[in-house]
Amino acid sequence: MAPHPFGQVAIVGVYNTAQARRLPGHDSTSIALAGALGALADAGIAASDVDGVVGPAAAEIAMELGLGPCTRRPSALGIPALLDAAALITTGQCDVVLVAAGGAGIHMDPSSTAPWTRPANELVVGYGLFTAAEFALMARRHMILYGTTSEQMATVAATIRTNGHVNPAAVYYDRGPFAVEDILASRMVADPFHLLDCATTSEGGCAIVLVRAERAGDSPAPLWILGGASDAFGPAYAVAPVWDFRPRADADPAGRVGGRAARRAFAMAGLAPADVDVAELYDPFSFEVIRQLETFGFCDEGEGGPFVEDGNIAPGGRLPVTTDGGTMSFSHPGINAQQLQRVVRAAEQLRGTCPTNQVDGAEVALCSNGGAGALFCDVAILGRERP
Amino acid sequence: MTILRPQPPGIPTPRPSVHAEAYWEGCRRHELLYQRCTACGHAGLRAFTVCAGCLATTPAWERSAGSATLYSWTVVWRPPSPAFTVPYAPAIVRLDEGVWMMSAVIGCEPDDLHDAMALTVEFHPASADIVLPYFAPSRP
Repeated sequence: MAPHPFGQVAIVGVYNTAQARRLPGHDSTSIALAGALGALADAGIAASDVDGVVGPAAAEIAMELGLGPCTRRPSALGIPALLDAAALITTGQCDVVLVAAGGAGIHMDPSSTAPWTRPANELVVGYGLFTAAEFALMARRHMILYGTTSEQMATVAATIRTNGHVNPAAVYYDRGPFAVEDILASRMVADPFHLLDCATTSEGGCAIVLVRAERAGDSPAPLWILGGASDAFGPAYAVAPVWDFRPRADADPAGRVGGRAARRAFAMAGLAPADVDVAELYDPFSFEVIRQLETFGFCDEGEGGPFVEDGNIAPGGRLPVTTDGGTMSFSHPGINAQQLQRVVRAAEQLRGTCPTNQVDGAEVALCSNGGAGALFCDVAILGRERP
Repeated sequence: MTILRPQPPGIPTPRPSVHAEAYWEGCRRHELLYQRCTACGHAGLRAFTVCAGCLATTPAWERSAGSATLYSWTVVWRPPSPAFTVPYAPAIVRLDEGVWMMSAVIGCEPDDLHDAMALTVEFHPASADIVLPYFAPSRP
């Protein structure tokens, strides 16, 4: 049997900086650097051992930490950055790779939504589109096709926000608990999304350290990438987000973006959805979690609403989801860190070190990024056992 | 009663890209144009130079009759910036020619919006240079 493509790569350090509505004195690079130092300390690895940096601030970090000459990859987003970092090791380009991301000092105008949520592309800008509306257009189509309800979406929001409510590290710690009625009673933003169906905005950084497997023995709890892949249909927020858009007759529709990625990731891992102990799903809007549960195969197409209504995603349920509070409550610091934070939390779950909502004995964690409203979706499956 | 209306001038407006100039010129003439591949008939989600269906490089502009059905919509109550007047209803419509496009529905109440609602294009100025196509309920 061929060796596993990621069998030579271990995750040995993960770290979140403090997360807050504002982190005065920081910009995106300095908070990413703070994340990088934290992850290196967590890994017990000296900065001088790092020979690759991945992330939007990769070049700046290489200079600030004096890592040169080293490899730098400006790959922006969380899971693709993780997989790019792993590939740098498996292809022999690097031995110790730092993935870092952060956001601070970006969202300074409270009269508008966060800048990263409102790109001004030609065919959407005049209609007042922004991420909530783009994702709402996908959610509406799902409601028409499958009868998905606002209550089912609110169940997702209430579950994840309550996960953040009990997490002292969350920006919105101690703001709950939340019931379905609380979500539905919040003001409407972009129908069907109420305010509490949507991500928050905040500032913060995070980082991950990966090493060649020979060095994993120095780590008390190395973790492994069991599978990973990415799907995209085109640029985000540039064209109408059409659920039924299929570039080719045999392609999945855009509403099922991430399906191919999940199938590849599970095949690489030799696992099935039933083997996943905890799912750190990216939660920009409540509906997206319902969609991902279907698309990744945790339930049948159109069954995501009933699946969440039956309590499956709650702590102690069949598949606890987004256990730190996600972008709705834990943190949402710009497009890069917020995606990588799903990987960080998945790693914390597998280490068994989550102070809140730890899933007992978690062996396999799935994490995701993106969503249908943005026409991309990434999947990674992490585990405790070396593949 | 809240009737959905076009946005008044002052909103952020599109900067026409080189391949979509004909589309925006058509809007100024109150003509709704879309691109179709002359080789295979494929129509995409926006102007293209290579056909995603057959890789031919000969798209041509065609004029839509302006009739459509409502495919998906949202009603925005918290806009991305104060430039927009709420409520408004961004929508995906499917032209009778089989093309999906991004627009917004006007001329009805938010509660009137429903799947497959029959719509007709209307043009409204958004700035001195830009005219935006909107869709209103078709009159029987």
